[in-house]
Amino acid sequence: MEKWYLMTIVVLIGLTVRWTVSLNSYSGAGKPPMFGDYEAQRHWQEITFNLPVKQWYFNSSDNNLQYWGLDYPPLTAYHSLLCAYVAKFINPDWIALHTSRGYESQAHKLFMRTTVLIADLLIYIPAVVLYCCCLKDISTKKKIANALCILLYPGLILIDYGHFQNIYNSVSLGFALWGVLGVSCDWDLLGSLAFCLAINYKQMELYHSLPFFCFLLGKCFKKGLKGKGFVLLVKLACTVVASFILCWLPFFTEREQTLQVLRRLFPVDRGLFEDKVANIWCSFNVFLKIRDILPRHIQLIMSFCFTFLSLLPACIKLILQPSSKGFKFTLVSCALSFFLFSFQVHEKSILLVSLPVCLVLIIPISIYLHLLPLLLKDELLMPSVVTTMAFFIACVTSFSIFEKTSEEELRVKSFSISVRKYLPCFTFLSRMIQYLFLISVITMVLLMLMTVTLDPPQKLPDLFSVLVCFVSCLNFLFFLVYFNIIIMWDSKSGRNQKKIT
Amino acid sequence: MAALTIAAGTGNWFSALALGVTLLKCLLIPTYHSTDFEVHRNWLAITHSLPISQWYYEATSEWTLDYPPFFAWFEYILSHVAKYFDQEMLNVRNLNYSSSRTLLFQRFSVIFMDVLFVYAVHECCKCIDGKKVGKELTEKPKFILSVLLLWNFGLLIVDHIHFQYNGFLFGLMLLSIARLFQKRHMEGAFLFAVLLHFKHIYLYVAPAYGVYLLRSYCFTANKPDGSIRWNSFSFVRVISLGLVVFLVSALSLGPFLALNQLPQVFSRLFPFKRGLCHAYWAPNFWALYNALDKVLSVIGLKLKFLDPNNIPKASMTSGLVQQFQHTVLPSVTPLATLICTLIAILPSIFCLWFKPQGPRGFLRCLTLCALSSFMFGWHVHEKAILLAILPMSLLSVQKAGDASIFLILTTTGHYSLFPLLFTAPELPIKILLMLLFTIYSISSLKTLFRKEKPLFNWMETFYLLGLGPLEVCCEFVFPFTSWKVKYPFLPLLLTSVYCAVGITYAWFKLYVSVLIDPPVGKTKKQ
Repeated sequence: MEKWYLMTIVVLIGLTVRWTVSLNSYSGAGKPPMFGDYEAQRHWQEITFNLPVKQWYFNSSDNNLQYWGLDYPPLTAYHSLLCAYVAKFINPDWIALHTSRGYESQAHKLFMRTTVLIADLLIYIPAVVLYCCCLKDISTKKKIANALCILLYPGLILIDYGHFQNIYNSVSLGFALWGVLGVSCDWDLLGSLAFCLAINYKQMELYHSLPFFCFLLGKCFKKGLKGKGFVLLVKLACTVVASFILCWLPFFTEREQTLQVLRRLFPVDRGLFEDKVANIWCSFNVFLKIRDILPRHIQLIMSFCFTFLSLLPACIKLILQPSSKGFKFTLVSCALSFFLFSFQVHEKSILLVSLPVCLVLIIPISIYLHLLPLLLKDELLMPSVVTTMAFFIACVTSFSIFEKTSEEELRVKSFSISVRKYLPCFTFLSRMIQYLFLISVITMVLLMLMTVTLDPPQKLPDLFSVLVCFVSCLNFLFFLVYFNIIIMWDSKSGRNQKKIT
Repeated sequence: MAALTIAAGTGNWFSALALGVTLLKCLLIPTYHSTDFEVHRNWLAITHSLPISQWYYEATSEWTLDYPPFFAWFEYILSHVAKYFDQEMLNVRNLNYSSSRTLLFQRFSVIFMDVLFVYAVHECCKCIDGKKVGKELTEKPKFILSVLLLWNFGLLIVDHIHFQYNGFLFGLMLLSIARLFQKRHMEGAFLFAVLLHFKHIYLYVAPAYGVYLLRSYCFTANKPDGSIRWNSFSFVRVISLGLVVFLVSALSLGPFLALNQLPQVFSRLFPFKRGLCHAYWAPNFWALYNALDKVLSVIGLKLKFLDPNNIPKASMTSGLVQQFQHTVLPSVTPLATLICTLIAILPSIFCLWFKPQGPRGFLRCLTLCALSSFMFGWHVHEKAILLAILPMSLLSVQKAGDASIFLILTTTGHYSLFPLLFTAPELPIKILLMLLFTIYSISSLKTLFRKEKPLFNWMETFYLLGLGPLEVCCEFVFPFTSWKVKYPFLPLLLTSVYCAVGITYAWFKLYVSVLIDPPVGKTKKQ
């Protein structure tokens, strides 16, 4: 690539922004007794280093599961162990059993931030760069601009480097991105291996699993289930099973071990939702307290049904017509359905939605805005505003989003054509979408300003955060519909275009 | 955000660049800040709470006011905004006060004042008529120049991490240069006079201004061979120039003259009690001189030429001692440095007088003045290298020869700023930003001049690549060796000597190229 130096510059800018954000405060800094996600991460290093593998997920006198017990899959635990070895080398106090609880120091913060940066540098950033280089049909300049936008995406930076998520998002998303890269470049085995690693790093990656499954299955069908397709299917199955077994090997020795890990990973008894999440259940809660009315198992079934129904059409479409473009859109819509409807959603899981949105290059600015209350709590207002503006500028200058408002560019042309067959006056769609985008962004920004500047009325102390959740939820519903429209009408337009050209 | 605008063919790339760097500056707010932060807070307090007659006498804090009056007035104006942020920072006795609001206010005042710098860069880009190669935006000289200036590594770390107000001062300088390029000489002279009364370090480049204005503005015509036509001297122009400078000085120094405090002001502005070199040697001629002295003394001790008892205790590895005794070579006095500086500046001034090459020649002379005084000045700060780097950026996008000198000068000069930031959290920032700027400047200038001969020969490439291992040795390997206790200042010494070689080389090369360059008349004939 003749412009390699610009790509280097882009990566360096991404790294600089990441490190400068990491100079700020983190979640739960100086807030005993529980501290925050930062302490959780440190605690896992302590646990994995000092206890044998068999006790990692079990409650014991040395491992109080109430205090940030390990509740992520084995790869996370291994990663913590690796970090713990480095920590031990630098300063054994950081991971001493029991005594290191709530340990905070400047040097330790530096260490933790460095571990994030290194993980990011090894897994996420190469994936982004390679992904952008492999994009087809666009100029080198566009590829670089693309990489810049993905690397500057503020949601991920703020959660990983500011808030300090209790699991390195960049690792799981990076593995997932390697998976996307592999699958869309026809290195199916490599792709599925990477994606299995992603799932074994963070179980929330299951949000993305259905599109992967459907896409690969569709590919097999396409090649013919009796010939090459079957071979591919067997190979894929073997890869997945082997990689899972490899990751879970220490926990397969006893049945109780495996079950305990699964119980920790999927805490069904924690309820339909916690805190303020911008999904359907939490928003609906404003009108009707579902959590208190329905018994737990019905909640579980209900959320499962809704999730399943909402992602069914896109998945079937993908199986029948596997294409890498459709695959990326399905990633978005599936992750959105999971986020909106599934059981026990974490607000930070929205990052799982925003990564594929970045990939399909539709501006996800309002997507992560609902995280702001969380970031405000961590005193991260300044970096949030700055990185958001930087991202916005990057997008505007590289893609001039304000000019791309035709139906073609919003990818809804075929949809509106088919609607016009029945409703000839249906010509306002692109403008409507444009306005809806604009309104959603403006309301979000206004809400943010209110949250930052005004004090909520005394009767309703959570007024603003509930409002933010509610509005974001509406936004996400709108996005879900929009992406589903794109998916369902996509390949028709593709075929039409092929016929024309 | 160099690449930010690559796709913005028609978009407003300049504002994107400026906004991008402003956002980066905002991100740098929580970084480490040096004692200069307290210096400026103290000056805010002095100018706010004391009458003007005491500004230059106040000495509660050790950081007394030692900038010219305009800067004091500037702090005075700032302090009236500051009182809405935190009243406490305006108390003279509140030493080392830094609440979060104080921090925000001070950092934002620097970022805000950089608007002037951005405007100046904008004006400078207008008067660049570089080669017209390639239609791509990223290959246009204007684009490259604005990145080189706006995203300058030195300015970023000195102003926005270390904390100083160089941005808007350099803005004034670049603006006055741009005005001279645009033939608006009076404005240029006025701006420079104002600048001098903001910070007197710019006196270093004053000879270039004086001679250029006299030669190219006061003499309205040249003979056909380019030499001076004495009868074209315009008295009106001289007098108006003099009047501008006089009025500005009167406005600045007048009140202190009326209070009969001028000697006190000057004693604050020019403290000669400090040593030849700063605690960390700026990479100039004297660093080489000191190093040579040390090497000679070590050899002398080994070969028993010197008596160990006669050697002064203040060995250079202790570094903290400002008054430095040379053991073998003669000690240097302020007068000697002054004479050296003058001798170093003179040829370039003669060149400007006898071979006028328009504003470009002026700019080269200005760079040479800045570099020469950096090389030989008394108690030079390493930050002063910016005084040469920023004007040199303007030259670099126009000629391949200048570009190669610029790259050597900038890379070594910027690297020599590394010891300013010695705290661990800032280590990645300085390395990343340095890489960002260096990779961009080298690659973009290489692309710009790709049709000409390569920018570096093997020796220069080798030298520049050597900076990498040097950094690894000084900051990653050295702290883990046993020498850390014995010779704690060895990394600083190595850095400053290594960089001094490069900067001396660049200075020498620039001088040679200025002296052998044919006058403008001849080049036109070619």
